[in-house]
Amino acid sequence: MNKKRGIVLYLHAHQPFRVRKYSVFDIANNHDYFNEQDWDTDRNNEKVLRKVVEKSYNPMNALLEKLLNKYPDFRVSLSITGVLIEQLEMWAPETLEHFKRLVKTGRVEIVAETYYHSLAFFYSRKEFERQVEAHKNKIREVFGVETKVFRNTELSYNNELAKWADDYGFKGIIAEGWDPILEWRSPNFVYKPVNTENISLLLKNYRLSDDVAFRFGDKGWSQWPLDADTYTNWINSSIYGEQVVNLFMDYETFGEHQWADTGIFDFYESFVGKWLAQSDNTFYTISEAIDTFESVGEIDMPNTVTWADTERDLTAWLGNRMQQEALRYIYSLEDDILMTKDLDLISDWRKLQISDHVYYMCTKWFNDGDVHAYFSPYKSPYDAFLYYLNAVRDVRWRLHNDHHAGGLNG
Amino acid sequence: MNVLMLGWELPPHNSGGLGVACYHMSKALAKKGAKIDFVVPYEAEHPNINFMKIHSATSLSPLERYGLGAYDSKTVIDKSLSKADVKDLKDMRGVQKRYVKFIEHLVTMVEPDVIHVHDWLTMEAGIRAKEVAGVPLVVHVHATEFDRCASDAGNPLVHEIEYQGLIMADRIIAVSGITKTIIVEKYGIPADKIEVVHNAIDDSELDNGYKYDSSTYKYLEALKAEGHTIVSTVTRFTIQKGLVHFVNAAAKALSKYDKLAFLMAGDGEQRDELIKLSAELGIADKMFFTGFVRGKQWRDAYSVADIFVMSSVSEPFGLTALEAAYHENAIILTKQSGVGEVLSSVFKYDFWDEDVLADRIVGIATSEALKKSLQEDVKKEYNRISWQDVAVSCMKIYGNMSKGLIG
Repeated sequence: MNKKRGIVLYLHAHQPFRVRKYSVFDIANNHDYFNEQDWDTDRNNEKVLRKVVEKSYNPMNALLEKLLNKYPDFRVSLSITGVLIEQLEMWAPETLEHFKRLVKTGRVEIVAETYYHSLAFFYSRKEFERQVEAHKNKIREVFGVETKVFRNTELSYNNELAKWADDYGFKGIIAEGWDPILEWRSPNFVYKPVNTENISLLLKNYRLSDDVAFRFGDKGWSQWPLDADTYTNWINSSIYGEQVVNLFMDYETFGEHQWADTGIFDFYESFVGKWLAQSDNTFYTISEAIDTFESVGEIDMPNTVTWADTERDLTAWLGNRMQQEALRYIYSLEDDILMTKDLDLISDWRKLQISDHVYYMCTKWFNDGDVHAYFSPYKSPYDAFLYYLNAVRDVRWRLHNDHHAGGLNG
Repeated sequence: MNVLMLGWELPPHNSGGLGVACYHMSKALAKKGAKIDFVVPYEAEHPNINFMKIHSATSLSPLERYGLGAYDSKTVIDKSLSKADVKDLKDMRGVQKRYVKFIEHLVTMVEPDVIHVHDWLTMEAGIRAKEVAGVPLVVHVHATEFDRCASDAGNPLVHEIEYQGLIMADRIIAVSGITKTIIVEKYGIPADKIEVVHNAIDDSELDNGYKYDSSTYKYLEALKAEGHTIVSTVTRFTIQKGLVHFVNAAAKALSKYDKLAFLMAGDGEQRDELIKLSAELGIADKMFFTGFVRGKQWRDAYSVADIFVMSSVSEPFGLTALEAAYHENAIILTKQSGVGEVLSSVFKYDFWDEDVLADRIVGIATSEALKKSLQEDVKKEYNRISWQDVAVSCMKIYGNMSKGLIG
């Protein structure tokens, strides 16, 4: 059988619960870390969620629905974090319904991940598994589907993770198609992680992904303005004689990172049409791609690789001592917190594991003077750290005061 | 005795201790019968001051007293300042020059017996007033440029103005022996021209019905209940305050005894550096950064603390140590802090000696008897220090000068 070559479009949707301006004077008095009252700041989670819904989720869902209706071959894979679903339930239930309609078509696959968009894999394997389980349950409850493919926060990946996902029973896992790992090989095939039995690996084609995700609206880019014909040609030449082109990016690329006035929505609609106009072209969900193609070889990634920054590592999350301290504090509470069975406390503790918190403490751009690269609702990484630390102290206080557990360690 | 006082700020428009000291000193002097004309560089209400006459050298607001900067034309129209005024008052030097012009005129109206100026900002005006009126000049030194920069660097223009003021003064008042030594050693002024008059504290201001609210620092109270000792500092986070040594000492203390928490009350340009250093030392969760505190949060910062540390590299006086004494803190301060000259029931260390500071902190935290002794004894000492004594010293200096007994 002649298998069609296909695009695997995978979109990642996430919004964190940002910590409010939470001072020393709030500790032990107020426990509402995520409830910024000031509507004029991007620490206000409801405000940001409503903005992103309007600029990105609603118009992109409408576009995806239109494409699904128009083209029987169109497919998309989505990951939606548990904390985003919670926010949609509170502040934009109609948008969540729209997501459900997309999934109901049977041509939209939901990808598994940690409910809290956390870095738990690197700190506590047990907590990590509980969060994967929580996300699986939430997806089953909301969308009525089973997840089969796994992605970890920031697309962080190593051999150990692949082994874990294989043992857990996932059929697929995804990662960055990073040159130093691939060397002479192409990301446009299905691979198998080393030392695994049944799991397949798809690798992001970062050049073609980032042409849209990062460069599309950049007027300083030599290829600006990018049109659908050119982009289709690029993909055609990339995939020549190969299997799949994996276009992985944030869902918020559409309308939020690249605003509507860049023409991103029209561009994408036109591109999908042009791609599918060729009879040997199609789209696959991640699972379909894995079912369709045999692995062509093994991929060995002993060290963690992510889809972030030019370094493709976790330094934006774990690079400085403030970040390392913050995570050390939060994960050291695990046993005491879980013992309480206090659902509010456990939920707040887990929300404090959202990776965005430590990202806001990143100083690697701030100290270079390149503050424009510092996307954060805080005045500085140091403010982000102080508010977070105070929230951790309050968690300790609740543990101590309400449950006579743990220690008030400073 | 008619006194023309030249100052830069008075409460509630003060940014630091200088305004507080001028206020209490003037109040005490007025009680002793001095008739005071006090000049500030701005125009504003001073609701609690009826014991002296306040003159405004310009029509700027208190916040504009360091110069208008790049203000837009709207501000200028609102203030109905002439174009020439806006040009003149753009920076602090412009404001200072206008202040001198104002004094030239004022001094012929108020006919002072003595002119008393506070720090470099008004020294030029004092020199000019002395020339015009032909009466003695007292230069009161609360801080020198050497203190503010914690080094021999510093603004050469400010050094020059300080030098001129000290040369032209008939008498110099230094707020501590440390400051006197700086004036002698760095500016070459003869020691017998300088009188040390230590600052004081007015406990009627602190006694105004204040009650400690244990919920302000509730978490710290919970830590105390668990046996932790709270070590505080209330200060500006600037190089002068020696806080890097303080944080290093905190880490050393914690390595010996970990039931300690450090309350860092205040703000300043060094804050981020201190937060980063705390994280690097692995003690970030032992350090409580409050940001700028005022009112209840400021008072309660003293009340919640067991130990107060003044880590200054160079502190001409250090009023906060007296405030800490009032709130019954055990006090550790650097030998480079002037307030140490009036307090004996305290631990003193050299600002660079982190080991000694760490050792003292652990010593107090692990001995209830030592802690209580320090707290009770320093409270007795502070009770003996009063602005009335400062006024007596100043009146004596004024009197000697008018009798021609000037150095």
